[in-house]
Amino acid sequence: MLEQDQKRRVRRRLLTGLATAGLTAVSLALAGGQAQAQSGDPIIVGNILDQSGGLNIYSLKQIQGVALAVDEINKSGGLLGRPVEIRFYDSQSDNKFNSQYATNALLRDKVSVIHGGITSSSREVMRPIVQRFGGLLFYNSLYEGGVCDRRHVSTGMVPAQQLEALIPYVINEKGKKKSYILAADYNYGHITAKWMQKIIEANGGEVAAVEFFPLDVTNFAPVLARIQEANPDVVYSALVGGAHMGFYRQFESTIGKDNMLLASSTYGVGREQTELSPQEGEGIIIATSFVDDLDTPAAKDFVSKFKAFSGEDDYIGEYGEYGYRGVMLWADAVRKAGSAEPDDVIAAMKEGGVSFDGPGGLYSIDGKTNHTTMDIHIAIGNDKGSFDLLQSFQQQPPLDTQLVCDLHANPDDTTQYEPEVN
Amino acid sequence: MLEVVLIYGYQILFSISIFILISLGLAIIFGMMKVINLAHGEFIMLGALFCAQLAQGGIPLGLAIPLAGLIVGLVGIVGERLVIRFLYGRVLDTLLATWGLSLLIVGAVTTYFGPQTSSTPQNLGTLSLGTFSISVYSLVMILVAFALLIAIYCLWRMTKIGLIVRTTMQNAATAQALGINTDRVFTLTFGFGAFLAGLTGAILVPLFGASPTMGVFYIAKAFITVIAGGPLPLTGTLAASSLFGAIDGAVAYLTTSVLGEISVLFVAIILLRLLPQGITGRLKRGV
Repeated sequence: MLEQDQKRRVRRRLLTGLATAGLTAVSLALAGGQAQAQSGDPIIVGNILDQSGGLNIYSLKQIQGVALAVDEINKSGGLLGRPVEIRFYDSQSDNKFNSQYATNALLRDKVSVIHGGITSSSREVMRPIVQRFGGLLFYNSLYEGGVCDRRHVSTGMVPAQQLEALIPYVINEKGKKKSYILAADYNYGHITAKWMQKIIEANGGEVAAVEFFPLDVTNFAPVLARIQEANPDVVYSALVGGAHMGFYRQFESTIGKDNMLLASSTYGVGREQTELSPQEGEGIIIATSFVDDLDTPAAKDFVSKFKAFSGEDDYIGEYGEYGYRGVMLWADAVRKAGSAEPDDVIAAMKEGGVSFDGPGGLYSIDGKTNHTTMDIHIAIGNDKGSFDLLQSFQQQPPLDTQLVCDLHANPDDTTQYEPEVN
Repeated sequence: MLEVVLIYGYQILFSISIFILISLGLAIIFGMMKVINLAHGEFIMLGALFCAQLAQGGIPLGLAIPLAGLIVGLVGIVGERLVIRFLYGRVLDTLLATWGLSLLIVGAVTTYFGPQTSSTPQNLGTLSLGTFSISVYSLVMILVAFALLIAIYCLWRMTKIGLIVRTTMQNAATAQALGINTDRVFTLTFGFGAFLAGLTGAILVPLFGASPTMGVFYIAKAFITVIAGGPLPLTGTLAASSLFGAIDGAVAYLTTSVLGEISVLFVAIILLRLLPQGITGRLKRGV
């Protein structure tokens, strides 16, 4: 009796012991499985932008846009089952840091992709480095177009999208033909000014003068006098950076937009209107692929989640959205490739069909050029530090670059093609 | 024809007034006190920033400008008490210390106010000259620049305060022997220089805006002006500002802003080659 009892107790204990062990094993296995999915090496995204210095007006919101996109990807289970991690580098509005950090990102930190670069000069500094170390660069910025390089992806507007919308509007709808062009004195400004001349002349307008300004010029009094002497109908600005912002202020306090139209390829992307007074910003005409005031559910949803994420309640603008769009487009390419390796992602983009239905409508990457098709809107600055929409163009392709670039035929091309103006 | 002459004159005076404004504070701190103040650009930035903040807070611009200048003056006094006063006579050490101070100010402003550009509008309107129109604010700025220069000249030459300051700067030991509290004179003079720099930033902010790193736009021009001016800080600053401003204004108006800046640097090099002591190098008396 006693013996039996003891045996039974032992057996019961054994059973419970086994059961517990089994459960533990199962839960261990589960935990193990989870740990593996979690600790699957993170995919590292390098983000090189100007948090400080005169060009940070373009970067501050974009840094948050990139972070928001990565946060959303991670919340929905990561990419290919792996978490995504941002490695941020502050290029301080100085190209030498772009080259230094692009090298660090690719060699030391082994990033899968670099998102970043604002100015065309910073992009041209990073492109050869990305080339040399076999990386991938997403350049989330509007620019002068023409870069034909499979390791470079442009997600912003090019002249065929932006200027082909803006200039015909100014000439045909507003009837302003005689033009005066002011541009920043580096490759973006010079090539953009050429595009402006070409498109103005093609639309029956005339160019009175073209002038370039180094990025640290703050005093625009001399050129304002020359503009008044030439007396054009419209002034086009491709001015860049915090110092040049003074132009809009000085233009309003000498000439005034009531007397002369002001149109720009860069105004608004640096959120200039939030730092200018309502009179100084009202009436400037731009062409854009995203403004906070887009009246679509996708845009409104993006604006509200961006504000909740950043904890800031002010205007976001095009460049903040570019950061988000860039990461999402890259993520779609990674999913299609089934790998985050740069060469696999590049191959997936070459196939075509990489796209993202984003805040400003559908963005799709053209596999022949690695440039992006998107909706374009003409907008005008209003007195609320924001923009009113005037006209929209659906799904505009990056035609200028498509005319000169074919990565299917020449995958090893790395040229930046420029327009010819006689 | 008349309007072209007028607009020419305006361009040149505007340019000169900018040179005067950005170098006035430095003419006192570097020219008189021999402190190589690399934080001069940051004093200008602080003035611009405080003015924009005050004006955005609802204080009228005309009041915000002097107020911003006064705050920067206080910042200068604190900086002098904590750092600069240990370094008088050690010219190269002041360079290092003020460079550190400038980095500190940029860092503090970026952390506290954020790195974005801010500004405030002015509503003085425009003045029309035939086909040209010019901003009334710029005209007021030109007047203020010259008025400041004249006022400081009178202060130094005609008042007892000016005499005490000049004595102290010339020979502190003798001044002390005569019963002057030279410590306080140094502190207040430095604060006055900082006040002028801050005032400049505040005056310029409606035109040029304010951002933490804007100091670098002005520091080189300010030093070139004061150095080219030579040993008499005020007369020299006026002479050098007039020369550089006239060249910059005329060349920038006739050609481009870039050539304007290049021609100023070119003239400065030639000038210092011919007159290594600066424009006022041969003059024995005056301020």
